[in-house]
Amino acid sequence: MTLTLGVYYLTPFIRWDRGPNAPDQAVLIDLESAKAYWFWIEIWPQEVYLLTGILILAAVVLFFVTSLFGRVWCGYLCPQTVWTDLFVWVERIVQGDRNARKKLHEARWSFDKVRKIATTHFIWLVIAWCTAGSFVLYFNDAPTLFWSFFTFDVSPTILTFIGGLTFSTYLMAGFAREQVCTYMCPYARFQSAMFDCDTLIIGYDEQRGEARGKHKKGESWDDRGHCIDCTACVQVCPMGIDIRDGLQMECIACGLCVDACNNVMDKIDLKRGLIRYDTVNHMEAEQQGRKESFKFLQSRTIYYAAILAVVAVAMFAAVIGRTSLELHVLHDRNPLFVQLSSGEIRNGYIIKILNKTHDHRTFRLSLEGLDDVQIEVKAAGSVSADSLYVVADSIGTYHIFVSSNMAPDSPRDITFTLTDQGSDMTDTYDAVFISKRGR
Amino acid sequence: MSDHQNDNQDQNTDKKEVDAHSGVETTGHEWDGIKELNNPLPRWWLWVFYVCILWSVWYWVVYPAWPVAGGHTKGTGGYTQFKELEDSQNEIVARQKVYLDRFEQASFQEILDDPELYAFAMAGGSAMFKDNCATCHGTGAQGFKGYPNLNDDDWLWGGALSDIHQTIQYGIREDNLDTRLSQMPAFGKEGMLKNTEIEAVVDYVFSLSSQAAGHGGDHDLAKGQTIFAEQCASCHGLDGKGDREFGAPNLTDKIWLYGGDRASVFETVYSARSGMMPAWKDRLDKNTIRQLTIYLHQLGGGEEEREDGQEETVERPVEDIPDATYSE
Repeated sequence: MTLTLGVYYLTPFIRWDRGPNAPDQAVLIDLESAKAYWFWIEIWPQEVYLLTGILILAAVVLFFVTSLFGRVWCGYLCPQTVWTDLFVWVERIVQGDRNARKKLHEARWSFDKVRKIATTHFIWLVIAWCTAGSFVLYFNDAPTLFWSFFTFDVSPTILTFIGGLTFSTYLMAGFAREQVCTYMCPYARFQSAMFDCDTLIIGYDEQRGEARGKHKKGESWDDRGHCIDCTACVQVCPMGIDIRDGLQMECIACGLCVDACNNVMDKIDLKRGLIRYDTVNHMEAEQQGRKESFKFLQSRTIYYAAILAVVAVAMFAAVIGRTSLELHVLHDRNPLFVQLSSGEIRNGYIIKILNKTHDHRTFRLSLEGLDDVQIEVKAAGSVSADSLYVVADSIGTYHIFVSSNMAPDSPRDITFTLTDQGSDMTDTYDAVFISKRGR
Repeated sequence: MSDHQNDNQDQNTDKKEVDAHSGVETTGHEWDGIKELNNPLPRWWLWVFYVCILWSVWYWVVYPAWPVAGGHTKGTGGYTQFKELEDSQNEIVARQKVYLDRFEQASFQEILDDPELYAFAMAGGSAMFKDNCATCHGTGAQGFKGYPNLNDDDWLWGGALSDIHQTIQYGIREDNLDTRLSQMPAFGKEGMLKNTEIEAVVDYVFSLSSQAAGHGGDHDLAKGQTIFAEQCASCHGLDGKGDREFGAPNLTDKIWLYGGDRASVFETVYSARSGMMPAWKDRLDKNTIRQLTIYLHQLGGGEEEREDGQEETVERPVEDIPDATYSE
């Protein structure tokens, strides 16, 4: 919990030097200029497929881990669980353990009750606010925004987002809690499809525990199970289930019942592990007195690992093969072509140059597939096809006219080539040249 | 509603009838053997309902709500949709003003050199063109028969910024002193030339743009040339390259405003053409006209500003390109 919370709250403050003309925040989603930064990876809207890849990768990792270790995501990493645990922890510190809370809840309204409940909700709101504030930091330069909170110089948009997220955090972790997992979370619903008898789950050793019943000190353990029906496991369960009824959909594998039961077992001098992480097969084998090791290597696990490897390699290739220069050409729709007084045919194109480098660059545009060609650029100032200037980390848009003195068969396929003046970076784009002939 | 229920219960004490089928209490009301079940509305629904009623009362007070003699209640908030429209329009004007102030001060050349003003002019010009000019010239300014294509490099009255500005402001053959004005004689209609003579001129005109072949011309080019020199050259020039002073088109190029087929050119000489364009000086404000000027100039055919009255035209060799006309 500390680890996940720490990662969440501190990540926006990690710096990552990208040189001039680019932000130095390690993880930043820059909505204004529509770019996302993740350490050495930089994603433009045109490369949103990388985001898709990351999501696919995340999904496959989730499947893989689930088939191996069960719902460790739910129990340890899911923000819903982490924040709920944090809120429950606050509740316990302020209001005491479950019995005390129950008593407080049923008690008449007194100053003490109001104080305790108000304190709880106040701390909840503070946590929620910090959470929302941290979230916003991912979308802005963190230190700048952080300081602007102290100078009360924050834009209404940001305040609205913080307000909304504070409210939702407060609602989800303070009140909705396990309802989210049971009723809202799709993963909870389909994860049962990834389970089999060799998946690690939280299990209650029925053979050892039953028949359950109250136990007085000094009584014999013969002819009865080790479960003393203290309901500690039920009380600590954030989902409110009784694990002794077997694995249930609601179980998020948080392991709180394991800890609770082990404590009790220690107190009554019995072996730990009445409730434990185990696979169904392993538990059965043990009950029948067989020694059997955990079976991690199954076809299912291998499939997932294989898919994982493929996706990871594809992603790696995509990231490595990411070009710093892209050319896009859009043919004018209206008019498709223009005849000049000399009889030449002219076509107009909008070209977009994606300069993903962090330097200002000048490019040269050339054209293949058409003879006797003139390229004219319409833009502010004097710009020619040999000197297309694009500011660092941005898109340059130019309107160009291509006119040809020959009578082309129409439409004719042509290829634009863009070359960086300072390096050997190039990109090409296939387009078409249209004259009235044939269309 | 609750009063009503209480009355009922008072009258029928100890007679709380329960519907056997659904197990729900009835209200005691019965129509033709059908008894009304007492299913109260959900409480959340009622509360939403009450809040809506309260909200509507607040709305009547704050917003214009009720029709009264001579109009409607104004509401304390002073809201009207007219005012909202005005506000949002003012907001747009205020946003444009930043650029407009600079735009107004800048010369055409300064606008062409400044990326921001350039973008402002192109965006504004494009929008205003579609609103005002596209009716005749087409949304892409590609023109139609009789309405010039503004993308090409062929101009009747000149393609420099000042020429375009002048044309948009004062129009062509419009009712003002500064308008572009000229009138081609209707050579056939007015009996100045016989039909055979017109045929000869048409042949000669086609020969100017190397299109004698394919137009059925079998007339004496020399005769056509003589007539051309006598009748046409005063405006179109001896070489047929036209004169922008009179809006006389260049007859040697490949562009025909009224069609380049034989019948169309014959018709032009016979009845003459005189297209007109409205003057926009009093319809559009001067910044809009300047935006349009820049926009049209940058559509592809814009020419450099003349110095010492000499027009700078880009000379390109006219190759023999068959069928390079606007055939319908």
